[in-house]
Amino acid sequence: MAKVLMKGNEAMAEAAIQAGCQAFFGYPITPQSEIPEYFSRELPPRGGLFLQAESEMAAMNMVMGASAAGGRVMTSTSGPGFCLKLEALAAMTLTRLPAVIVVVMRSGPAFGTMKAAQEDYRMCGNGGYRVVTMAPSDVQEAAAMVYEAFDIADQYRNPVVILADGMIGQMMGSVDFDRMPPRRENLPAKDWALRGSDSRGGKAQAILFPVGTAHYIEKNIAETELYPALIANETRVESIGVEDADIVLAAYGTASRMCRAAMETLKGELKLGLIRPKTLWPFPYEAFEAVNPKCKAIICPEINIMGQMIDDVKIAAAGRWPVSHVGDSRTDFLTPDAIVEKVRQVWKEVNA
Amino acid sequence: MSTPLNHRPHSLNDSPFTFCPGCSHGIIVQLVTSVIDEMGIGGDTVCVGCVGCGGYLPWFMNTDTICSLHGRAPANATGIKRIQPDKVVFTYQGDGDLASIGTAEIVHAAHRGEKITTIFVNNTTYGMTGGQMAPTTLVGQKTTTSPYGRDAAHCGKPIRVCEMLSAIDGAAFLERVAVDSPANVRKAKKAIRRAFECQLQGKGFALVEVLAACPTNWGMTPVEAVGRIRSEMIPYYPLGNFRDFE
Repeated sequence: MAKVLMKGNEAMAEAAIQAGCQAFFGYPITPQSEIPEYFSRELPPRGGLFLQAESEMAAMNMVMGASAAGGRVMTSTSGPGFCLKLEALAAMTLTRLPAVIVVVMRSGPAFGTMKAAQEDYRMCGNGGYRVVTMAPSDVQEAAAMVYEAFDIADQYRNPVVILADGMIGQMMGSVDFDRMPPRRENLPAKDWALRGSDSRGGKAQAILFPVGTAHYIEKNIAETELYPALIANETRVESIGVEDADIVLAAYGTASRMCRAAMETLKGELKLGLIRPKTLWPFPYEAFEAVNPKCKAIICPEINIMGQMIDDVKIAAAGRWPVSHVGDSRTDFLTPDAIVEKVRQVWKEVNA
Repeated sequence: MSTPLNHRPHSLNDSPFTFCPGCSHGIIVQLVTSVIDEMGIGGDTVCVGCVGCGGYLPWFMNTDTICSLHGRAPANATGIKRIQPDKVVFTYQGDGDLASIGTAEIVHAAHRGEKITTIFVNNTTYGMTGGQMAPTTLVGQKTTTSPYGRDAAHCGKPIRVCEMLSAIDGAAFLERVAVDSPANVRKAKKAIRRAFECQLQGKGFALVEVLAACPTNWGMTPVEAVGRIRSEMIPYYPLGNFRDFE
């Protein structure tokens, strides 16, 4: 398949189908609605199931059931719907049920603003669980991440979240489906799936919320086995010019694209590096070890107020460099110009 | 030589029930698992639990089973059934679970005509959390969150689930039964069997509402509680079939 021009949302849906997604359960919400629309059009003729649920909550619980039955399944939403899916996401991490959840982030609730945002960072693993959270910054990468996410979910029996934002979902971009990551081989058989006890020679299978000691055993297995394996094997990052940078920018998704524009503008003025986490969890703390010791500051542009990823950046910086946030202004969301302005301001401060 | 008249259904495992003395759940679970045994479908059955006293069922089942979140059993069951259409999928839900937090899920599962079976246990209270007011709590009934008695002007009248679902085309089988007497227990078993047959024949959504006693939270003896099903519940929740299939 040659390169095609596609909307980010549609590219993610197509990638999922090519990855063998058997069922999609969704609910309309801007700016992700092209995902359920694409599945409803494409999945049934290609042998899969599309079902529009009565709510985001129901969709996620259908995903949970379909995953428990052994299916390769997915849902998608935006921030307001993601809140409603979190209870089931937590339940699926505890019962080790794989699935892919695409979150196309926006800023407002309900009838509020639907502009792109990066405000759901803390929902992807706050609480007593962690999920691999991938953050694409262009259409090709969005498709590739969704494609690989199904294998990661199945390999570790843990849900995977794709944390895109409204810009990634809505932008048109070229995508080449021949350039998807290799399919992982030897994925574990889903012998735990609910297919009736006759499928196991009469042995019944129960997927229970563990209670008492069993609960803490499950938590301990996650802490000592699952999460270390994910951290060791699935952490992704892109670093540009951090070894000799005067200032390092740390950003993901659309904010990282704005960083590239700001870097172009400031070329010749000062040396800027970029650390772009491709996985927000596991967070690429190690990437900050390569930063120039003489670097003066780290700036963390995010499409939000106050910053969310900045907490992880501060942990990575470990006091070696001052870390500051730049984000939405009084009039609009983050822009490349705002990053340029912030860089100049910080540069002035650190040299004062 | 004596012959046992009854035995533990094969579809139950060896775990002892955790239900209170006089609780109807024991009878209802026995009926459901006996029907599964008699129909010979245990090896293909997936039980979906709820949250509440009935939520313990997955721990007792000797079939495939899963716990669901509060009110979401029909959504879980939908996901399972859509991936494994040849399996027999049933939910077992109480009134707080199904008729309060889970109204959207049960209405839409029925509306889509999901080929699942729902056993709905109505005991007019939240049992597990200690006897709070349920959507099915009768007017005037005192609970821990309606200490002066349910006031219809303040929080509405109790929901009649079978009547509500009767307005939905996708519901292929709806029946309300009670487990207050041997005769009614036999009728309940017949309805439960019919509800599973509805699924096996691919007719659509099937639900059996079972009027049940909760002596612990009603503050009654088991015998008094069974009497209350008859004297107070059945007059408001009439027994009978609301929807059947050919």
